[in-house]
Amino acid sequence: MSENLKVPTMASMMAEDKKPEVLFWVGCAGSFDDRAKKITKAFVKILNNIGVDFAVLGTEESCTGDPAKRAGNEFLFQMQAATNIEVLNAYEIKKIVTTCPHCFNTIKNEYPALGGNYEVMHHTQFLKKLLDEGKLKVEGGQFKGKRITFHDPCYLGRANGEYEAPRELLRKLDVELVEMKSCKSRGLCCGAGGAQMFKDAEPGNKEVNIHRTEEALETKPEAIAAGCPFCNTMMTDGVKNKEKQDSIKVYDVVEMIAEAGDL
Amino acid sequence: MEYIPQILFIVALAFSVWFFARNVGRLRRNILLGKDVDKTDNKPARLNKMIRVALGQSKMVTRPIAGFLHILIYVGFVIINIEVLEIILDGIFGTHRLFAFIGPVYDFLIGSFEILALLVLISVIFFWTRRNIMKIKRFWSKEMKGWPKNDANNILYFEVILMVLFLTMNATDYQLQMNGAEGYAEAGAFPVSQYLLPLFDGLSNSTLIAIERTAWWAHILGIFFFLNYLYYSKHLHILLAFPNVYYSKLTSNGQFAHNETVAKEVKMMMDPDADPYAMPEEDASDEVPEKFGASDATDLNWFQLLSAYTCTECGRCTSECPANQTGKKLSPRKIMMDTRDRLEEIGENINKNGEFKDDGKKLLDDYITREELWACTTCNACVEACPVGIDPLSIIMEMRQYLVMEESAAPMELNNAMTNIENNAAPWPYNQQDRLNWINEN
Repeated sequence: MSENLKVPTMASMMAEDKKPEVLFWVGCAGSFDDRAKKITKAFVKILNNIGVDFAVLGTEESCTGDPAKRAGNEFLFQMQAATNIEVLNAYEIKKIVTTCPHCFNTIKNEYPALGGNYEVMHHTQFLKKLLDEGKLKVEGGQFKGKRITFHDPCYLGRANGEYEAPRELLRKLDVELVEMKSCKSRGLCCGAGGAQMFKDAEPGNKEVNIHRTEEALETKPEAIAAGCPFCNTMMTDGVKNKEKQDSIKVYDVVEMIAEAGDL
Repeated sequence: MEYIPQILFIVALAFSVWFFARNVGRLRRNILLGKDVDKTDNKPARLNKMIRVALGQSKMVTRPIAGFLHILIYVGFVIINIEVLEIILDGIFGTHRLFAFIGPVYDFLIGSFEILALLVLISVIFFWTRRNIMKIKRFWSKEMKGWPKNDANNILYFEVILMVLFLTMNATDYQLQMNGAEGYAEAGAFPVSQYLLPLFDGLSNSTLIAIERTAWWAHILGIFFFLNYLYYSKHLHILLAFPNVYYSKLTSNGQFAHNETVAKEVKMMMDPDADPYAMPEEDASDEVPEKFGASDATDLNWFQLLSAYTCTECGRCTSECPANQTGKKLSPRKIMMDTRDRLEEIGENINKNGEFKDDGKKLLDDYITREELWACTTCNACVEACPVGIDPLSIIMEMRQYLVMEESAAPMELNNAMTNIENNAAPWPYNQQDRLNWINEN
């Protein structure tokens, strides 16, 4: 199946002396993780469909340094940040959108002190803006009336106070949005943050993602919505652990919008 | 002879104030052992946050039952202190109910104090029941054994004693007023203590005076004692919550501390014109290279140390912590308690030796284990939960920085991820040149 995605790079745009409106920061998960790549593509399909003028860095993109910083390696973090800021500033980037809340948080909050000042948006905020401007049409489609619970990514929610953009999009999909017992500012972590994604958990009596999945399953959802590639992995693993993967899928909000719009 | 009570009172007051001032001095000194951090910015925003969160208790009510009961005790405490002012002046000048001349307003005040005292009493009983009978989980965690557990109950018992003494004092005073006893002119309203009168039925004026005076003295001496108990207790929060909220983080939770020393080094490394063999600048020659992160309490900044003294061990942070909820050793409350315990140990060392003498101990390993530090998901749930603006996560991050940058002691899988970031620009072993391959994959 050829999907005909149009994904211009900054380098190619530069060669044509063009500047995109917004840079899509794909992130490591979005570039390499099989599950997350689907989220990346869903977002690109929507961008292509509306005709958003965007570009990616492609091979010039590198890890924002978030996991290094949260692991305590400030030096490696700043090396990554400095490299990225050099590239971003060379292309005179002003606006960035990303599908990863960790990249979003790091570029938005921690790059300014190192000389990187951009308007940064999470993809749910970006889509919400397109919706408000009337450029994006969201229809319920296959999700209409379905019972969906939304898992707040820590680095979108508590870290940056954004709880409504993803929920607004879900409501536009006409889903029956049900909240878990800990949600929004009290949302429970999926267990991947703080570089935990890349290591085994310390001894305990349960994995965090299992605990969170149990909270999600308590709402008796038909699907779980997330807004972060790492949360997505953790929740998908949790659902598998509970042997519910055939009945309950874990989607990124953007995938739901793309699917509902038959993209 | 008639001045003896006044002299005794002034001595007790002076001793209590002196001892308190001495401990405040030590508290201040210990806090300032921390590294400097600039918190002079954004004064209006800080003041606003302090009014909302500390004065207005806005975060307490996210848990409605505890929040409501706490507000009753808080309001009671603040308002009843107006009465303490009168008691102190009476003690110094040998007067009785000095403010009685303001008439109806005085009646209203005393009446309100009584009602508040009753509400405090009821709230304290609820709190004690929640802690000791219902055994709410966050009050029974591992770190809540021994002194922390006793401390919490001591405070509740103390408040009961003070309120009972206050009401007894008022009840006997009221009876004496009705009896027309000398020196007990009619003053005040007693909407609560009037119901205690049957207890004192038929007692002679001299017995009533003895009870009234005993309750009066025990009440005020109890307050002097309680004031000085604060320094040794988690109850310090009644004072420190205000500065702690004022100095707390204003930026978004996701913005972790910036490190300027590292920034300078990275800048030099990235500068193509920098001479790697250059002699260090003159003024930098005798600078001791700064230690990265924190391995002991004094490596933290003064705000983090202030927070350690501010923590009242309510455990809201720990009960929201995903690691703690799933049985890991990490408890954000324990991070704060350990920091305070270690800082106190350092302070005691200085009291004894005049300056700090190496005791072979540190915050890391002797108090906080590596296992606790590595269990954190940096999700900010603890920071969000704290009603007084404490940031346990910032201490965890400082200590992780020490482990990684000073000891290279990260867990192996994390070292692999970091090596990947260094070599391939991603935490996984994929080539940076393949970052766009997804476009053509199905």
